[in-house]
Amino acid sequence: MALHYSIGHLKGEFPFKMHLNVSSRSCNVSLFVCFRGNCGGLLSFICSEMAKMYHKEKSIQIKSSASALYNNLSVLRIAPRCLTYFTVVHANVVNMVSASWDGLNYSHRQLQSKEGNVATSSSLIMQAAWCVLPSRDLLVLTSQKGIQMYESDGSIMVYWHALETPETPTAQAVFARGIAAVREKYICVGVSSGSVLVFDVPSKGSNITLSEVLEEHTEAITDMASECSGSMECIADLVSADDSGLLCVWKSGGDFQLLNKIPGFDTSCSSLKLWKGTVIAGYGTGQIRLYEGVTGILHAEVNAHARWIYSLDIAPFTGLLLSAAEDSLVRVWHLTITPETNSVEIEHLYNECVTDTQICGAKFCDGDGYAFAVTGYDLSEIIRYTQA
Amino acid sequence: MSLRTLPLLVINMGGEMLYILDQRLRAQNETDDKALRGFWSEEDRKRVLNDIVRTMFSKAFLEELMKPQDLYSHKALRCVLTRLAHTSIMRLNPASMDRLYDLMTMALKHQILLCPRPRDFLLISFNHIDAIREMVTDSPSLVNQINDAQRQIIEMYTPLSDGELQLMRQTLLALFQDFHIRVSIFLKEKIQNPDGRFVLSTSGPVPHGSEVPGLIRWFNSRGREVRRREFPSGGCYTSAVREGSFDISGDRVTRLGKNKYSATSAEDTRTSDTSKNTSKAKQESVGPNPLAKEELNLLAKLMGGMEVWSLAQADTGIRVNLFPTDEDDGGISVGTDEPSFGVINIQATKDHQANTELTRIAAEFTEQQDQPEGPSNKGDDLLAMMDDL
Repeated sequence: MALHYSIGHLKGEFPFKMHLNVSSRSCNVSLFVCFRGNCGGLLSFICSEMAKMYHKEKSIQIKSSASALYNNLSVLRIAPRCLTYFTVVHANVVNMVSASWDGLNYSHRQLQSKEGNVATSSSLIMQAAWCVLPSRDLLVLTSQKGIQMYESDGSIMVYWHALETPETPTAQAVFARGIAAVREKYICVGVSSGSVLVFDVPSKGSNITLSEVLEEHTEAITDMASECSGSMECIADLVSADDSGLLCVWKSGGDFQLLNKIPGFDTSCSSLKLWKGTVIAGYGTGQIRLYEGVTGILHAEVNAHARWIYSLDIAPFTGLLLSAAEDSLVRVWHLTITPETNSVEIEHLYNECVTDTQICGAKFCDGDGYAFAVTGYDLSEIIRYTQA
Repeated sequence: MSLRTLPLLVINMGGEMLYILDQRLRAQNETDDKALRGFWSEEDRKRVLNDIVRTMFSKAFLEELMKPQDLYSHKALRCVLTRLAHTSIMRLNPASMDRLYDLMTMALKHQILLCPRPRDFLLISFNHIDAIREMVTDSPSLVNQINDAQRQIIEMYTPLSDGELQLMRQTLLALFQDFHIRVSIFLKEKIQNPDGRFVLSTSGPVPHGSEVPGLIRWFNSRGREVRRREFPSGGCYTSAVREGSFDISGDRVTRLGKNKYSATSAEDTRTSDTSKNTSKAKQESVGPNPLAKEELNLLAKLMGGMEVWSLAQADTGIRVNLFPTDEDDGGISVGTDEPSFGVINIQATKDHQANTELTRIAAEFTEQQDQPEGPSNKGDDLLAMMDDL
């Protein structure tokens, strides 16, 4: 990434200090123009241009378009086989693509939602995500009827959990949403009632059990995130968010322990990440907030997007942060967190505009943030970008 | 997903339908063709609209819609809207209803997609309701009916959280997913691309409650701002405008959901035009979008006096391709089999003997025989109830 500066001078009458921000619609070039001067004097300006950090790669076509759902893209990198898996939800189906790194081989698979004793159902899927545990990776699907867990390639379903549905329909919708793998053996899934289901996952086989139900939220769970820095020193293991913007920070164990409740401002938090003890939360107002998980202290607030944020992702090895919203923009940021000094630094790096698209999923394809992928409502492709 | 979406869907779709039918029946009266002029009198037009509005806003109908339930399928929805249209003396044949449905669908998809924040969808619904109230303003009982219905809607939806309203919006977006029907009035106004996708702007005011992107603020442990920094936002956003009114009446602020098709005076047209594409204002200072008027005027020629239409005749005789098909254009259209014409032709017949009770019953009976395969189970109750109205 390079920053080019040009300095110029203009003669004329100008206001004392004027800051002008000009951007092109393609969003690859941005200008900061800052006017300083006094009336009738000399105008100096500094113009900085951001060189392109990422360039667009060949898109992957998927069998059906992406639905407008939060966090509607999941990526699993399988280094030993030089493959990357992608999943995108369309109504009651999950489109799964496996892409070889040389870009030559693509294979597709579709998984359907399940209901009761019926193998396929029309019930809508809310989210699909891979859960990476030390011993195994599982693909988890959450729908209006329940939770399905598959082996990572989607070949075999190893577990099904039905949601409790009331006998007479109430106005409150019933669904599961929010998926996170925690520490060595837990998979946590959120429910529309506000409950968080904690599943105990053995290292092999299908003997998965519901070990605990956490009842702190009263609004529908939107997303959940587990500590992804790999550090064993972090106290907080899991954070959950709901429609009211309330964040609950947990420590895992035989009994999960609630460490903190961070109140929302009645704005829904739609996407979450937890890295080095810092909660990174994306909201319906288009803002991103960085909280210290255990204490709940707000470190920073970013007016990041002009519309509802649909997806956040973090590259744990470099601290690159990806945010995507309905405003057609994907932004890349850099986070520097030093837990010892309690400092959190966030810096904006890059914008990418996906024209005429409401983005619903954006994820890094690797732990360094070298590449990322994007999905949008009504789009039947996964758009990919790689660092230039 | 959301179990509360159906009432707003039917009211908004019904609203769009009334806009189109209203324009059609007015234009028919103003046509230069003396043979057709006056077939649908002013009184007829009002009667058609009143009949439809009366059913749409009846207590029983709304009560049925407001029960917690999943959205209807497109087939069931079309059936309900067809029945609504046929509560009047007007009859639309299946081909016309198809085209009308396509237009309603794309109009509503555009409104939902462009809705700045989920709560604004209520304002869009209120725009529709306000316009419908204007249409039946001569009938105080209907106005009261509409006001009652609106109160119910306000009561039901305003307490919902933004998250729940977003879930409703996502449910509607799921219903309209993969619809890329090109509509000439949208293409002309540059709100739709040639491939059928809508244009999403990266400029303008941010939604109410949001901030203009471009600022990072840091806080200390006591919550005080200690530092701030700007970043290039890549768009051209301005602060939010005032919030629209969620009351029975008031300025809704948003223009989404207002009547695109109204044949209004030059002055009215100018105001509605200035908020849209400026080049449109330049070409036309009098009357609505000429292209829309033209294609809708075509309907006038067909609406009066034609009681029997065969589908074959209708297809070859009436369809006018104002835009060349995109199939030759190297793959612009994206995965849709929909033909690219943007013309909506409504063939409607007028039931001459509508005044006699017997013939009305006979008409109902005949209509049922013509109906395509029945709707899904969902909505059967609703349709049965509509028969009783």
